[in-house]
Amino acid sequence: MALGASQRVDDVLKRFGERPEYLLQMLIALQETENWLPPAALTALASALRLPRARVEGVVGFYSFLHAQPVGRYRLLFSDNIIDRMLGSEVLMARLCHNLWLAPGQVSEDGLASVDVTSCTGLGDQGPAMLVNGRAVAALNEDRIDIICELIRQKLALDAWPAELFEFENNIHQRDALLSCAAPPGDALQAAIAMGRDAWLNQVQASRLRGRGGAGFTTAVKWLACRDAPATEKIVVCNADEGEPGTFKDRVLLSAHADLVFEGMTLAAWAVGARRGFLYLRGEYLNLRPALEATLARRRADGWLGASIGGAVGFDFDIEIHLGAGAYVCGEETALLESLEGKRGTPRIRPPFPVTHGYLGLPTVVNNVETLAKCCLIALHGGAAFAATGTAQSAGTKLLSVSGDCARPGIYEFPFGVTVRQVLDACGAIDTLAVQVGGAAGITLAPYEFGRRVAFEDVPTAGAFMVFNDTRDMFDVAHNFVQFFAHESCGFCTPCRVGTSLLAGTLDKLAEGKGSPADLLEIEDLDRLLKQASHCGLGSAAPNPVIDGLQKFRPAYERHLMHADFSPAFDLDGALRRARQITGRDDAGAHLPQQPEASR
Amino acid sequence: MSQPTFLLDGQSVPFDDGQMILEAARAAGRYIPHLCWHPDFPPHGSCKLCVVKVAGRHVSACATPARAGAEVESDTPEINTERRTLLQMLFVEGNHFCPACEKSGDCQLQAMAYDLEMTTPRFRHFFPDRPVDASHPEVLLDFNRCIYCELCVRASREQDGKAVFALTGRGINKKLAVNAESGRLADTDFSADDKAAHICPVGVILKKRVGFAVPIGERTYDRAPLHEVALPKSEDSA
Ligand SMILES: Cc1cc2nc3c(=O)[nH]c(=O)nc-3n(C[C@H](O)[C@H](O)[C@H](O)COP(=O)(O)O)c2cc1C
Ligand code: SF4
Ligand code: SF4
Ligand code: FES
Repeated sequence: MALGASQRVDDVLKRFGERPEYLLQMLIALQETENWLPPAALTALASALRLPRARVEGVVGFYSFLHAQPVGRYRLLFSDNIIDRMLGSEVLMARLCHNLWLAPGQVSEDGLASVDVTSCTGLGDQGPAMLVNGRAVAALNEDRIDIICELIRQKLALDAWPAELFEFENNIHQRDALLSCAAPPGDALQAAIAMGRDAWLNQVQASRLRGRGGAGFTTAVKWLACRDAPATEKIVVCNADEGEPGTFKDRVLLSAHADLVFEGMTLAAWAVGARRGFLYLRGEYLNLRPALEATLARRRADGWLGASIGGAVGFDFDIEIHLGAGAYVCGEETALLESLEGKRGTPRIRPPFPVTHGYLGLPTVVNNVETLAKCCLIALHGGAAFAATGTAQSAGTKLLSVSGDCARPGIYEFPFGVTVRQVLDACGAIDTLAVQVGGAAGITLAPYEFGRRVAFEDVPTAGAFMVFNDTRDMFDVAHNFVQFFAHESCGFCTPCRVGTSLLAGTLDKLAEGKGSPADLLEIEDLDRLLKQASHCGLGSAAPNPVIDGLQKFRPAYERHLMHADFSPAFDLDGALRRARQITGRDDAGAHLPQQPEASR
Repeated sequence: MSQPTFLLDGQSVPFDDGQMILEAARAAGRYIPHLCWHPDFPPHGSCKLCVVKVAGRHVSACATPARAGAEVESDTPEINTERRTLLQMLFVEGNHFCPACEKSGDCQLQAMAYDLEMTTPRFRHFFPDRPVDASHPEVLLDFNRCIYCELCVRASREQDGKAVFALTGRGINKKLAVNAESGRLADTDFSADDKAAHICPVGVILKKRVGFAVPIGERTYDRAPLHEVALPKSEDSA
């Protein structure tokens, strides 16, 4: 191994200690210099950590942003959510490829650059977006693409690029209790400390706060179970993986209200008796990290983190930031815990649940960014005040990430119970054909449903609200989402690993205009299996967009059918393309008819 | 004290507290299909062939604790159709040419396909490119047939103390990795005497030069179907 490489392995070991649970963090750090992880570096790291090399290789292979092969000094990944596509990402990607003389998925011959697509980067309100060596660039247009190409040709280091390229907007258009909270850092904590641990938990109970990450579990119940789990050490984890396509409200909370998030984590620690906290930040939000670290440092200096927080003897708690590396499934809480432990992000068997067996087997609370930020409001104003807004089963407000066909994409905070129509009016959407609430895993609403309410008892959502006007094809939308799930399936269980690929393949066939009614039946069968037999929520939600699409927008699918009962996915004539190329023939005799014979 | 029981397809099955549905059923001489479950290891829950229906929900019998009074449906047309689809998925994602495979007749995947009357592959084949590893003097690895049950991974780690195997990749691109920088089995401490050398339910990990010592027609599942072979022998279930 080159001397430089072994030096870097040593540096990383020094920085993180020889702790195998930091393996993922070490790999991310190790990759920074060369953009990939040479085989010898993996061998050296494995032996220093006394881990089997294959395990290290397995972790590298799991995460999209880790590379066991060279990928170019500049790695450019275009966000491939349907919203980015609607904003023109495909044309811009073609322009960039043309400028740099390369093809998607390939490394340029001089090793300078490679271009590809990646799952939604959480910038749908200011897309199209892309990642350059992990750092996000939003608001792409032809000028920005040309500037970026020029910077790459000059081989300028990323730190020397114009800083404004890496800046985001918050685009907050509607504020309610949370986004207008102006309490100084520490006030919420002081209030909760003054109440005492038990009275504080009673307030959380009275607030009826439910999780904002998707599942809507009652927060106080989770905290109580963790508090009462027999162990001396407890853990608080803030889930900032925000991988659901079309969701970006956690990004805005982390950039505009990081104190509320960290204070919420500290409030959770006060309730359950935790000493360690982790913010699991998706790799796509790397740009936010320096500011978040600075906020943590300030909170330590002010006594809101560290020993005897707020003067309460024995209340010791601190927070570390762990990065993800391009894996949507790591938002699932047990996969997240595996990832925090430096492993492949495979969802665990439940029970046991994280509240009793979480990070390294310790009782662990996992909460969404928004859930934790909301805890500050409860500490400041009391549980009853919090429960006074919203609906019977959904107390408080909800942040919505609005993107797509509307005049003002961005963040909207509404009390639960707001109708879809009200949100559409607020964001300036006209001629709306459909709204996708809750992301790719969520629900597709047709106009006759726009009177429905955003709430756990009606239309639940982790926050995504994607708007499609009547020029859009809802088949394309579902096709994009299904490709997303196939790409993000962790591959652990049979139905999802194979089923998402089969489903994507069938939709590909329809997209090529080769579908048949039999394919629609096959799709419905796959949908059922995925829903029923999958190991985790990724697989069971993967068919949602297609199920809704077939039910509510069936003509969009039927347009893609050939009028036959059955047509093969295999393209006979296409298979001869290479033979034609080699022999230089293209006459009628070198082609085969695709239509099935009548003698079937 | 009387033991709690649950109903499996209408018949009473006793269980111990904390026991999983599949284990309790087995102990009572009742077969629930399984590929990734093995009596020597904790439940893994990846293949989903053990799917059963409890109170309207489909759950993995190997990883779901039995509950008193529960009604579990297993050998029903609905559940067996679901299992058949899962088998078809396992067949098309790999390269399984049974007539040319030396594990034929001893393979659990093939035996289960017979058991569940799978007659067609149904889905399009993926035809993945998975080169074999013949580097080791005693053992051949034919990755084309891997179903990712991770039994070799677990056996090597927990029984052999070696960790010769691990999984890498993600989703449909998942694959088995070997513990060497070269990626070759010959460069690991693997031995044909390892527990991991004998645990693969399909034809990936094959001992060289004995492939046809037992002729086809006289092999394990040629003599008795899987649902009989997979149950514990009566002497050790007592
Ligand atoms: C595939 C999948 C992805 C998920 N992604 C996220 C995520 O990015 N952020 C999040 O907070 N919760 C996510 N969840 C939900 C978490 O598993 C968990 O329920 C949540 O973090 C709990 O926090 P809460 O109770 O505050 O909502 C995901 C779930 C699944 C099944
Ligand atoms: S459902 Fe998909 S993501 Fe979840 S465990 Fe199974 S393969 Fe992994
Ligand atoms: S090689 Fe065999 S034992 Fe190992 S994971 Fe694959 S199928 Fe299972
Ligand atoms: S035997 Fe239960 S999931 Fe494989």
